[in-house]
Amino acid sequence: MSFLLPTWTLCRRDLIRFWREKARVAAYAASPIFFWFVIGSGFGDLSVFFPGALTMTVLFAAIFSTMSIIEDRNEGFLLSMLVSPAPRLTLVIGKLLGGATMAWVQSLILLAFTAVAKYQTGNLLEVAGMLWLIAFSFTALGFIIAWGMNSSAGYHAMMNLVLFPMWMLSGVLFSPSKAVPWMKALMSINPMTYAYSAVWQLLDPKADRYAPIATCVAVTAGFGILLVILSAWIVSRPSKRTAG
Amino acid sequence: MIVSANHLKLNYGEQRALEDVSFEVAAGELFGILGPNGSGKSTMFRVLATIETPQAGTANIAGFNVVTQAQEVRKRIGVVFQTQSLDKYLTVAENLTSQGHLFGMSGAKLKSRISDLLERMQISDRRDSILKTLSGGMKRRVEIAKALLHEPKVLLMDEPTTGLDPVARMELWKYVDELRRQTGVTVVVTTHLLEEAERASRLMLMHMGVSVLQGTPRELKASIPGDVVLLESADPESLRQGIFLHFDKQKCTVFDNYVRTIVPDGPKFVVEAATAFQTAVQGISYHKPTLEDVFMKETGARL
Repeated sequence: MSFLLPTWTLCRRDLIRFWREKARVAAYAASPIFFWFVIGSGFGDLSVFFPGALTMTVLFAAIFSTMSIIEDRNEGFLLSMLVSPAPRLTLVIGKLLGGATMAWVQSLILLAFTAVAKYQTGNLLEVAGMLWLIAFSFTALGFIIAWGMNSSAGYHAMMNLVLFPMWMLSGVLFSPSKAVPWMKALMSINPMTYAYSAVWQLLDPKADRYAPIATCVAVTAGFGILLVILSAWIVSRPSKRTAG
Repeated sequence: MIVSANHLKLNYGEQRALEDVSFEVAAGELFGILGPNGSGKSTMFRVLATIETPQAGTANIAGFNVVTQAQEVRKRIGVVFQTQSLDKYLTVAENLTSQGHLFGMSGAKLKSRISDLLERMQISDRRDSILKTLSGGMKRRVEIAKALLHEPKVLLMDEPTTGLDPVARMELWKYVDELRRQTGVTVVVTTHLLEEAERASRLMLMHMGVSVLQGTPRELKASIPGDVVLLESADPESLRQGIFLHFDKQKCTVFDNYVRTIVPDGPKFVVEAATAFQTAVQGISYHKPTLEDVFMKETGARL
């Protein structure tokens, strides 16, 4: 059984679905700039919040892209996937690539404003690469949360519980160096802290060096790989269901 | 035997879904699993479709075990679920192409297979329509085309005509019959509809997780000797007692406003009962046994 064909077709399906919903495409293109503008204005300086807005865009888009899994389940598509001989891992990877691609492209829209926000443009390729890695790893986080959910209400509740605290403790809102010790400890085990730090350092030579870039990349990638393994495991378990 | 189930058992916690279910299906058959909601027929379907694991017993399709050799089974079954499994934002052709990719098919071979199936299901003209613009009957036909794409040996369908109007239902069966004639594919279908069950070459009646009776529709109906008489009454319980005394301990069952009984000679009984119980009886009729009568006789429950 080939691996690439099912993976590709699942990824492509999510991209086609996305592209056909024009309202979603419009909101998708506008929201990163909106984030940046509104929260940046709140800070009183658009420039300060730029790396934060960039990270936030890719994180949120990556994680929320996995909501389509709940739709797939409710619409029965998931079932038909599960009775095909395609390896279960292709389901995971196909979904992750589809979600990550959309999140990544969305963050690139904002990245186009790097010069406007007065950041260095010499590392743009590296930044784009880092954003892709973040997109992939955090789509995997969303996948694991979405897999066990039956309703989008439950999914949103879970996201509020996980995503927002993670984001608030990522260094975007306040620097780890100014945090109280227990918060500092939480920030040090939060993968988003490393993701944000890498983006900031690549854009700004005067950024706080929370950890060396190599460490940041390794933590983000390691987090992603761990979650992919975990996803593959939960997908291979038999599903629970009531009598019918 | 292309499909066989041996002593399958499955509980959902306290709830019994399958209890010692065994049956066999020969190649080319249209095997029906008939039962009301909650009878275990959908669970049976899910076991055959490799998405539910029985706690005891085995099931084989085309020589492969549905649990231990699920991958091999999946290559050989086409599955039509009760709920829609197609992507409503994709076109008919895109849906089928995705399905082909999941089965490792691609290129010109996949293209011609899709054209062939759309032709056979007579939806070629809707090939590039977004799925959600299709009628319910058309969507079902695409579902079947999707299930048949990889040329499965066995087509499994779970209440395939749910939500279809009578005309679309008839049409769907016309396509399935045609398909069986042309390809000889074995079909296993669950249903709670009598007219669908009548189409089966063989049937299994299920009730509360148990296989109650198996045979051809004709054999099953022959298990009731004589005619079924229905009497409508405002007070069916006293009518039942009256019949019991008047007709030499004739046994009846009561449901809703009806008294139901089985007699050797329907017309004769109808005339006699209508005369004897003129005031109590509001309506009376007889008919040759149906599958529903068989089900009621075996289980005491209705379909």
